[in-house]
Amino acid sequence: MIYIFSVLPLISAFLIFIFGRIKENISWIIATLCSFILLIFSFLTIFSNKVLVYTVGGWKIPFGICLVVDKFSSLFLIVINLITFLSLIYSFSYMKKYDRLYFYYILFCLLLAGLNGVVITGDLFNFFVFLEIASISSYALVAYKGGKEELEASFKYLILGSIGSSFILFGIAFIYGRLSTLNMADISNSLEFNYNKSSIIFALSLFIAGLSIKTALVPFHAWLADAHPAAPSPISSMLSGVVIKVLGVYGLSRLIFNIFGFNYNLSLILIFLGTLSMVVGVLLAIGQWDFKRLLAYHSISQIGYVVLGLGIGTPMGIVGGLFHLFNHSIFKSLLFLNAGAIEYNIKTKNLKEMGDLSKVMPITSNSSLIASLSIAGIPPFCGFWSKLFIILAAFMANLKLAGFLCILVSLITLASFLKVQKYAFLDKTNKNFQDIKEVPFSMVFSMSFLAILCILVGLFFPLVKDYIIEPASNVLINGKDYFKVILN
Amino acid sequence: MGIYFLCLVLFSLGVWCLFVKKNLIKKIIGLAITEYAINLFFILLGYKIGADAPILEKNNLSIVSVDPLPQALILTSIVIGLGIIAFSVSLVMRLYEKYKTFDINKINNLKG
Repeated sequence: MIYIFSVLPLISAFLIFIFGRIKENISWIIATLCSFILLIFSFLTIFSNKVLVYTVGGWKIPFGICLVVDKFSSLFLIVINLITFLSLIYSFSYMKKYDRLYFYYILFCLLLAGLNGVVITGDLFNFFVFLEIASISSYALVAYKGGKEELEASFKYLILGSIGSSFILFGIAFIYGRLSTLNMADISNSLEFNYNKSSIIFALSLFIAGLSIKTALVPFHAWLADAHPAAPSPISSMLSGVVIKVLGVYGLSRLIFNIFGFNYNLSLILIFLGTLSMVVGVLLAIGQWDFKRLLAYHSISQIGYVVLGLGIGTPMGIVGGLFHLFNHSIFKSLLFLNAGAIEYNIKTKNLKEMGDLSKVMPITSNSSLIASLSIAGIPPFCGFWSKLFIILAAFMANLKLAGFLCILVSLITLASFLKVQKYAFLDKTNKNFQDIKEVPFSMVFSMSFLAILCILVGLFFPLVKDYIIEPASNVLINGKDYFKVILN
Repeated sequence: MGIYFLCLVLFSLGVWCLFVKKNLIKKIIGLAITEYAINLFFILLGYKIGADAPILEKNNLSIVSVDPLPQALILTSIVIGLGIIAFSVSLVMRLYEKYKTFDINKINNLKG
């Protein structure tokens, strides 16, 4: 049944294309229903005891395409489908001002199909195809508003994203030329004997370059700060909360840990890229006055934490990295939805033009406060625990500089979000906003749901860690056992 | 070996065109060239000189044939490339309507 994760969104995209023209709401209902069903299925995958494998067309594993859901995939499936469901609910009110909405929901469903497909596939070329489906639909969604800046951002994203995809395809070509197989488990098995061939090393470096462009790690980050703010807010929350993680971090960690095998050099590369993006991202963020652009730069910085945690490579570092990935998808989506709610009411993204919104928009204000405290790592909220794991892992692996920079970046993040809180919600000098109301119910629902989730994950972090994060990190820690499980 | 190296040269030319050229249409041509270079490379991986099409017949099982898998993969990759080119050209058309220029230096509302 695991093919349902990419087949159901494709079917609903088709249904929206037929029925969505009749009435605007039908397309929303189909898309939301689809993502709700997938959300339930993705929670069910946690409880299965073995790795789920489906062979497409009944072809045996090294020859045909196979779909694989292990615990690492199910962590990502939960993240994708949860954020998609809430973004779709939010879209109901937020997207009312645009016309021909069925195109929006079709693209959303295609994006969902691509993301789920990337996570469940066990075949390298199939991975590339799903990656392209997700990328092309996100290029189109970034340009959805159709203004000057949106088109420019989308073009920039398209050029850099396509270069990244070309690198990945080039890497796949090298792998196929050397090993004559495309099945991930079979590649992993063959690499036991051929690892040090120069073409394999070249392929690995092509993969790292391509996937770093998709992740927006620092030397490759130029597109992110334009593309994420330009999109409509539900899409920004999808892009920052899910797309960069699934296309980038999932691909990197699956390739490095399960297929090529983790070693000291790869660890150094990941630690260097992670620390660099962490520091540069936050330094670029602190001077921004555009709310969504500030959040986009913080995404670069927080993804740096995740990659650093994975790069340390000890069990604690990997748990911290994956936990931070899970938390970041919650609070960064929430912050983008808050930015969208403010934009919905007072039509601006500039922090200097906001002020004193805490009385008139209490739910937006409070949920944004919770998210800000989470991203800065204040104790009872979810971001604290994951950052603590990463910092402890860094010090235990004797990476004192990286651990120290983690703490410093966390402090700068706190300063940056105090600025946001002050100028957007607490500034008493600006009295122009007395007669506006709180945003409609669907937007309030998504924001308060995510805010409650921030607190709950923070308070019950051992439960989340034991049931979702640790099984996922065990897949990475066991590394090359991946192919033994699947080939048998 | 030399022919693979020429694919790499073609790929580098495409990437160079993407980064150096200021005209949006030329950038799209560069994108197309990178894609074609990779497609060519993939096809050449499965090619043998003097080999037949991979069709098995009952009384002749031992023919020398080219590898059919890269051809099937590249068919998919060409379709994806077509999608990207079509989308980027329509994007450039809309950009031209807004800015009245194809020059990337004059389209600079956003600062990276």
